[in-house]
Amino acid sequence: MAKKILIADDEPNIVTALEFLLGRAGYTTQVARNGEEALAAIAADVPDLVLLDIMMPVKSGYEVCRRIREVPEWRHIKVVMLSAKGRDAEVAKGLAMGADLYVTKPFSTRELLGQIQALLGV
Amino acid sequence: MLQEKAREQRFIAICMLGFVLFNFPVLALFNVSGTVLGIPVLYAYIFAAWALLIVLLALLAER
Amino acid sequence: MLHGPVIILTSFAYLGVLFAIAYYADQRADAGRPVIANAYVYSLSLAVYATAWTFYGSVGRAASDGVGFLPIYIGPTLMIALWWLVMRKIIRISKQNRITSLADFIASRYGKSALLGGIVTIIAVVGILPYISLQLKAVSTSYLILVQYPEIVMPQALGALSMRDDTALWVALILAAFTIAFGTRHLDAAEHHQGMVAAIAFESLVKLLAFLAVGVFVTFVLYSGPGDLFARAAAQPKLSSMMTPLEGVAGGYASWIWLTVLSMMAIMFLPRQFQVAVIENLDERHLNKAIWLFPLYMLAINLFVLPIAFGGLLHFPAGRVDGDTFVLTLPMAEKQEGLALLVFIGGLSAATGMVIVETIALSTMVCNDLVMPVLLRMRSLRLNEQPDLTRLLLGIRRGAILLILLLGYLYFRLAGEAYALVSIGLISFAAVAQFAPVVLGGIFWKGGTRKGALAGLLAGFAVWLYTLLLPAFARSGWLPIGLLEQGPAGIALLKPLALFGLAGLDQITHAMIWSMLANIGAYIGVSLSASPGVHEHRQASLFVDVFRQGGEAAGARFWRGTASAPELYNLLARFLGAAAADEAFRQYAATRGRRWPDDPPEADAELVHFVEVQLAGAIGAASARVMVASVAKEEALTIEELREVLDEASQVVVYSHRLEQKSRELEAATAELRAANERLTELDRLKDDFVSTVTHELRTPLTSIRAFTQILLEHPDVEAGERNRFLGIITKETERLTRLINQVLDLSKIESGKAEWRESEVDMRTLIGDAVTGMSQVFEESRVKVELELPETVRPVRADVDRIIQVLLNLLANAVKFCEPGRGRIRVALRDEGGALRVEVRDNGPGIDVTDQELIFDKFRQAGDTLTAKPHGSGLGLHISRQIVEHFGGRMWVDSRRGEGACFAFTLPHG
Repeated sequence: MAKKILIADDEPNIVTALEFLLGRAGYTTQVARNGEEALAAIAADVPDLVLLDIMMPVKSGYEVCRRIREVPEWRHIKVVMLSAKGRDAEVAKGLAMGADLYVTKPFSTRELLGQIQALLGV
Repeated sequence: MLQEKAREQRFIAICMLGFVLFNFPVLALFNVSGTVLGIPVLYAYIFAAWALLIVLLALLAER
Repeated sequence: MLHGPVIILTSFAYLGVLFAIAYYADQRADAGRPVIANAYVYSLSLAVYATAWTFYGSVGRAASDGVGFLPIYIGPTLMIALWWLVMRKIIRISKQNRITSLADFIASRYGKSALLGGIVTIIAVVGILPYISLQLKAVSTSYLILVQYPEIVMPQALGALSMRDDTALWVALILAAFTIAFGTRHLDAAEHHQGMVAAIAFESLVKLLAFLAVGVFVTFVLYSGPGDLFARAAAQPKLSSMMTPLEGVAGGYASWIWLTVLSMMAIMFLPRQFQVAVIENLDERHLNKAIWLFPLYMLAINLFVLPIAFGGLLHFPAGRVDGDTFVLTLPMAEKQEGLALLVFIGGLSAATGMVIVETIALSTMVCNDLVMPVLLRMRSLRLNEQPDLTRLLLGIRRGAILLILLLGYLYFRLAGEAYALVSIGLISFAAVAQFAPVVLGGIFWKGGTRKGALAGLLAGFAVWLYTLLLPAFARSGWLPIGLLEQGPAGIALLKPLALFGLAGLDQITHAMIWSMLANIGAYIGVSLSASPGVHEHRQASLFVDVFRQGGEAAGARFWRGTASAPELYNLLARFLGAAAADEAFRQYAATRGRRWPDDPPEADAELVHFVEVQLAGAIGAASARVMVASVAKEEALTIEELREVLDEASQVVVYSHRLEQKSRELEAATAELRAANERLTELDRLKDDFVSTVTHELRTPLTSIRAFTQILLEHPDVEAGERNRFLGIITKETERLTRLINQVLDLSKIESGKAEWRESEVDMRTLIGDAVTGMSQVFEESRVKVELELPETVRPVRADVDRIIQVLLNLLANAVKFCEPGRGRIRVALRDEGGALRVEVRDNGPGIDVTDQELIFDKFRQAGDTLTAKPHGSGLGLHISRQIVEHFGGRMWVDSRRGEGACFAFTLPHG
């Protein structure tokens, strides 16, 4: 069965690129445009992995990540943070919030795909 | 501290100036007949000197 | 119009106003918002110095010997120059020791000696009685003259009065009632009588205005200016000799100098002056203004004395009218009823002001330094066992006020008629001058002792009694006049007016020379002949070194012994009442981190000292010491131990001064460094934020570009439609990148001042048209309607065409962005506001919260939560636009409410 990935980002072009990329790699994708939508989407259909932008409207990626780690049934979800903020402090904060991986934008699509596949154990 | 001392000394100086202005012999210099602007010289002098002291005090005290 | 009832009614109405002022000020003080807490009220209250004696008597004296009265007002001017040294110190000492009166001050300085306090009180009361009687005389005389209107008759001509018609007695009784109501509301005599001070300040204004009114009337209405007045006087040989009077007057220059010195002492040591200047002082800094305002008041109230005196002498036939009454009789003779009544009220205010403050000050002394020490020593009264003494204390003070006024009345009946106003006042001045050596010596010379002070005061007072008071009684016929003419028992050397053969001086000069010689001689001589006791030594040190000691607690260093907190509390409660004692203990305990009464503070030296100081505020230092000694066992310090403590203390003081100095310097340096560092950090943070934000903004389009490029590169099989879509995205994102880079560069140019500005005459109508036309495609795509509201013509402004277009495009683009597609409406308006053109761009989008309205003009800020709201666009547009508008002297702002659209506006000034 195909693994499910939730893409949470408010930049439509980046979402388009990620949807295309992951779809080609055989994953099922869902899209959320802000933090709140992301949490709703997770509640409706628990994904295996979330690609989480940090600077999103309504609820930031940090908050979404913390929330995911608070709910026991969601503990197993892998979280990959995507952010244009690349300072050490921000990376550390993201990991402290419970992210499995922190990827700085812009990223190499091939590398990102490789890392996602490693996380999902393929 | 030094400033305070200087201020004290200036106050003392004004007091001494007052003593000089309102005493023999300076007072005697003005103890003459005649008028300034229609006012007897002695009166005019006393009030003018008095006003001068007050101005000096105001300048020093309000600093 | 000027019947008795009218005058009396007016007087009572005036007293009523005074009472209302005092009541209001007391209310405000209780509410913690004092009205008298300013330097002007303080300065005016000092003018209680000018009494009825000034108001009526100055003219009287001027009418007899020209400028002879002036030293009485010049002296205070010279003395006040020294207040910054002397008075500041006295005030500081008094506040630290909760001094209640002049007697308390002197007693406290010389080892809290009850005997000394008592003697000072007696001298003050006896010395001041003539002065009080003078006020009674002035009020009753002025009333008696005024009531004869339109006749002008001197009261002496009216013959003896019956008791019922004795105005002076009525005046004394009414004033006593008034003062009691005024001055004995609070028990703690060290507390401020704020209502009284407010009323006194008001009285000072009234008497000054009344006197100036008469002066102007006489000088400019009765005569045509001072020139005319003096010229007419000069024409009369008898008057012209008064214009260079200093040789003619008895004593000449010597008399002048002594009067100056005497009044210098008076301004410090008259009990009422000590009361208003020291006890009622709320803030040492008020001195700064008083130092020049008070002399100015003195000058103003004396300006017209000579014109009025000459006016009176010219106006009335010689000898018919007493010079002391000219102020009143001149307006009466001219049928100026209103002015005459105003003068009467002015005189009344001068007299009441003096009587109120003087009797309050004296009654405090009588109670604290005379009656209480005696009562407390009388075992048979068992006062020590009384639980509440507050009513007793108030009763004593009220009784003292009544008694003092009745004694003043008695003196008036006995001796008052024989003397002119000025002479009576000077007798009192000479009495209080006896305090000068012990007070001034006491605050600058540690060597002065209790015995020295006693000897000095008694010697000076004795000479005063003999050379001034005795002759006053003799002249009034109460003692044989032979005493003056031949000397006691015919011994010429002891003649009171020419002691030891010193003749040819006026009475005051003569008395001052002998009394001061006796006083200062005995004070210094006796002080040097025996060493002081422990208490004297420590008090001397506390007083003289007040500016070097560390606050109220300094006194505690010198105490050693045992006590218990509840006993000390009971003691305080008996004199202050339980509520006040509770409050005091609660506050004290709080400073020690304890809670009264559950967790009482330790009964150490500091608590004992604290209680003693509180008690001193109510019953004076000497009594307080006795009372505290009754509950706290003090172990005697030997003089050597005390010396050690003092030496140690002064060493510590020196060290701590140096340390303080050093640590202040260090602190200053540290503070500067910290400030500099903060500025740098802030700059750094701002720069860092900017860079971080710019990077973020650059990375976002780069991410799309890189992702799609890589996708296209790695997936050559992407179908043509999709490939084109991806390429389109790449192009758009590249444009976005370029725009951002341009704006950042633009901004840095503007901010660093390197931007080029090409100014020309600009027609805003055309510019707005161009901008809207340029955007028409965007409007169509978003289906937004645009309306223009442009006037026919507008005056041109000077600006850079390209920059203004940039601003307009930015505002329009913003408006479009926030409009809902299809329903959006944008309205662009142009108006000439006279000084400037105003452009408005209004949309019907979601609007902007008030809290965000300034924020959106910051760099990289847009409405909403800054962290989560991702900027639409670069976030630099509005910031740059505002910079541009401000460069041309205009303003840019936004008016909006959430849900009601936004209206961005800017102005550009003409020329």
